[in-house]
Amino acid sequence: MSKQIIVPFGPQHPVLPEPIHLDLVLEDERVVEAIPSIGYVHRGLEKLVEKRDYKDYVFISERICGICSFIHGATYCQGVEQIMGIEIPRRAEFLRAIWSEYSRMHSHLLWLGCFADSMGYENLFMNCWKVREKILDVLERTTGGRVIQGVNRVGGVSRDMDAAELKRIESEIPGLRADFTELTRIFDEDLTVQTRTKGIGMLPKDKAWNLGAVGPVIRGSGHAIDARSTGYGAYDELDFNPVVRDEADCHARCLVRAEELFTSLDLIENAIDRIPAGEILVPVKGNPSGEYYARAEQPRGEVIHYVKANGKKNLLRHRVRTPTLANVPALVHMLAGCELADVPVIVLTIDPCIGCMER
Amino acid sequence: MKQPEQNIETITVEDLIHRVHSFHDDGYRLVQISCAQEGDTFELTYTFDRDLALSHLRIPADQETSIPSISRIYLASFVYENEIADLFGIPFSGITVDYKGTFIRTSIPHPFGTPQIAVVKKKPEDKHE
Repeated sequence: MSKQIIVPFGPQHPVLPEPIHLDLVLEDERVVEAIPSIGYVHRGLEKLVEKRDYKDYVFISERICGICSFIHGATYCQGVEQIMGIEIPRRAEFLRAIWSEYSRMHSHLLWLGCFADSMGYENLFMNCWKVREKILDVLERTTGGRVIQGVNRVGGVSRDMDAAELKRIESEIPGLRADFTELTRIFDEDLTVQTRTKGIGMLPKDKAWNLGAVGPVIRGSGHAIDARSTGYGAYDELDFNPVVRDEADCHARCLVRAEELFTSLDLIENAIDRIPAGEILVPVKGNPSGEYYARAEQPRGEVIHYVKANGKKNLLRHRVRTPTLANVPALVHMLAGCELADVPVIVLTIDPCIGCMER
Repeated sequence: MKQPEQNIETITVEDLIHRVHSFHDDGYRLVQISCAQEGDTFELTYTFDRDLALSHLRIPADQETSIPSISRIYLASFVYENEIADLFGIPFSGITVDYKGTFIRTSIPHPFGTPQIAVVKKKPEDKHE
């Protein structure tokens, strides 16, 4: 048996936009074990809920993450609205669904770019981020914010889209679809991508379930688990089928995200066709009392926002189970036995968001 | 759309392993484990999913009594148990992958389990020699 050595990976590493530390136990070039540790960007946001008004906290919940911020805000509102018995206007639910899908596309394009970069494929990285700019333009035009939208409110949303805007969004979809087709073709067929991802970071179907993986990680291992199937918000009225692949490797997880770009466009078209007229915000009076586990599908997978209140303006507890935390056991499993050179690619395939994970 | 109501079943610590076994045998997926402070003590809630519906089990907890780990039934639980041990100081026994307090690096031990923030309501008077 070779001598074991420990190589620290992170918290600062070229492929990591955020800090996570992994102690990689190596035998020659092969990883025997990966031991994660976090805490570099822990902000105690869950604790802050005890000091802030539950309505103001919407803006803090959006800042849990700098990428999937909109869905954090919407899920928090969903939980508070549930315990307060508020039925928000149907139009607001459709608007939340449209912005959620734009958030998903911007997150997936960001990830596809970073993933290309992790393989040294700079040109593809630039192309992904170029297309992402078009998504950010729509978010900025309709909400005022490129990354943090700030339009969620307990009781609905603060901004509407008029008929001209909805028509403009619809007219831009064919162009985006063409861009996505070209990017997906490269990720699917390019030899560089295939060599670096096929058969790497295997996560068999039974292991993915047992390790509690969520999002594209578990869908890339053959499970059709997607919180949008529960029909929360407007999703009960939209035609939705999760993207699933069976190969269970890095390539499968990459293609799940690439194909989900098309699903998001379909959902947006669907939502624009069916969005009803009406109010977007109902007045909210009083304070919440009770507890609820709200869930939604973020770009990285299922997110749970637990809210607990006792009739005062501050909540007693707000706990967020983020998809990155749920995917850590799967990551540790995938890294055991891989080559050191594959570690960055495998780490990226869970789309780690450490800000989210630590809160 | 109003979401379905959720029932949280409170059980004893002694019943935990048996009940989690039955969830596992019935094909439930472990969604999460959360911890919340309840007065001077804590409560742990285990959430499971099957057929798109959530089910919850709740047990009382404190910083002196070890909670049996469910990681031999649901391996995924080790990440939540390490997190709760690091943030709330609640000990777990028999975690299959136990990071022994090094999973979440905090400058203060168990920041969510002990009062850390002193609220100063009155500005302290300046003391001049």
